[in-house]
Amino acid sequence: MAEKIATREAYGKALAELGDKYDFVVLDADLAAATKTGVFKKKFPERFFDCGIAEGNMISVAAGLAAAGKVVFASSFAMFAAGRAFEQVRNSVGYPHLNVKIGATHAGVTVGEDGATHQCLEDFALMRSIPGMVVINPADAVEARAAVEAAINYVGPVYLRFGRYAVPTINDFEGYKFEIGKGINMRDGNDVTFVATGMMVSMALDAAEILANEGISARVINIATIKPIDKDMILDAARKTGAIVAAEEHNIIGGLGSAVAEVVCEGCPVPVVRMGVEDKFGHSGKVPPLLEMYGLTVENMVAKAKEAIALKK
Amino acid sequence: MEQAKLEFLKKTAAQVRLDILEEVHAASSGHPGGSLSIADILTYLYFEEMNVDPKNPQWENRDRFVLSKGHTAPALYAVLAEKGFFSRDELKKLRHIDSFLQGHPDMKGTPGVDMSTGSLGLGFSSACGMALAAKIDGKDYRAYAVVGDGESEEGQIWEAAMFAAHYKLDNLCVVIDWNGLQIDGPVTEVMNPTPHDKKLEAFGFHVISIDGHDFNAIEAAFNEAKTVKGKPTAIIARTVKGKGVSFMENQVGWHGSAPNDEQYAQAVAEIKATM
Repeated sequence: MAEKIATREAYGKALAELGDKYDFVVLDADLAAATKTGVFKKKFPERFFDCGIAEGNMISVAAGLAAAGKVVFASSFAMFAAGRAFEQVRNSVGYPHLNVKIGATHAGVTVGEDGATHQCLEDFALMRSIPGMVVINPADAVEARAAVEAAINYVGPVYLRFGRYAVPTINDFEGYKFEIGKGINMRDGNDVTFVATGMMVSMALDAAEILANEGISARVINIATIKPIDKDMILDAARKTGAIVAAEEHNIIGGLGSAVAEVVCEGCPVPVVRMGVEDKFGHSGKVPPLLEMYGLTVENMVAKAKEAIALKK
Repeated sequence: MEQAKLEFLKKTAAQVRLDILEEVHAASSGHPGGSLSIADILTYLYFEEMNVDPKNPQWENRDRFVLSKGHTAPALYAVLAEKGFFSRDELKKLRHIDSFLQGHPDMKGTPGVDMSTGSLGLGFSSACGMALAAKIDGKDYRAYAVVGDGESEEGQIWEAAMFAAHYKLDNLCVVIDWNGLQIDGPVTEVMNPTPHDKKLEAFGFHVISIDGHDFNAIEAAFNEAKTVKGKPTAIIARTVKGKGVSFMENQVGWHGSAPNDEQYAQAVAEIKATM
């Protein structure tokens, strides 16, 4: 089993490491210990500003800093960065296309015990509906670090989603290259394609392995950039495998599944089965039973793949 | 203040008021009341106080201005045009499909606009960000914001106030345009945010209360603000909504409606009579 690291850990570490190479400032809203921006704060206290529990103000302050030429990371939990501060992200950052990077941690049901109020399952839907917003959801620690550096080098607003739960490292292979807007083909296959994001990518690899033992050949694509989405790679998968399962730790409404369906419907209509949280709020609990409760499991993924294949004409 | 300077400011402010009326009349929409109430403050800021260069709007060491009450963009556009950031001919295209003068300020499209605003409560925070950027970079430019009295009902205004005091942003000066009226009626009746002076003092601001139409008082306040160290300054400017046009003054109805041809002619005549 590959090493398991939470992407938020990689985020904090990346900020601290990249702080030597790049000139940026980091804001947080009283969650530096949890979002891991505290790691940056310790190394660069003069470039870290706690905004207190006032996320809306933090995002608009970030916009002002960016308008004055700074590269800014603003962090909180996804619920508060994308949810509470949605309007500030849209109007203060998105509309003027300012150079603000929103580092949103603790997304999804894998927040665990804190429960529904803190388990944001709507952030992709909210963020990708803002014109010009780049939305990135790294699959592991390797990708998280690469995404942070790519966000620094990209001029404009970026939403980065990180998780609290330790996930397997899957991108530590030779030749791995992160590029905003580019999917990564993780495994070839002919019968069906898993288009997965975040922690669902490693599950998709496991599901593909199980399917292979049953004589079903499943392709696996890692979509770290929800927006702009890699249309070419998704359409290629639609053409060559004829069925798609889109998997995400997000409401099945408005997120990756919707984005994939939009691309496929317009470019190469084939069955798309959405796998994610089925329009429900979260719940308190340990992560493994939560994943069971919401059907975010390898077993369900295998079932969804067969469902998609059965829908082929 | 020297008489010549005072005359110049008064004349410029009167021209700004004419511009505001021209803009809103030509657009057949917009917000004349709150634009006229800040005409003197914005005139002073752009023609006396702020270090800006109309030929180089993105000059990195310029003072920054954020119109947090973004709906009064006609006043901002008028001073920017009079200052030379763009042609006065643009003003009559306010809110038109082929114009860069949006209904609310757009920093990407309009030369001289430092921050996109319009959704109330957001701009003040962004001015804090600009002031903080100056501190981080060791630059001596200042950040100014104008916040509406009704706008101060937004919770984020007070989040920003906490932030400004906490980070000792003494290069930040916020003006509260205390014209007393908002869309649904008198500010104190809709949702009373007063007393601004005591609240902002309690938040850690240096507070100065003035008549927002008295150039001597405006000058004294901005000069005093620059001497304050270790804390931000708030200027509570008592103003008259619709100032300068008899039938608009202190009338809630002129918050967001444009004059017809007859009303426009009368308004222009009244302003011109003062010039």
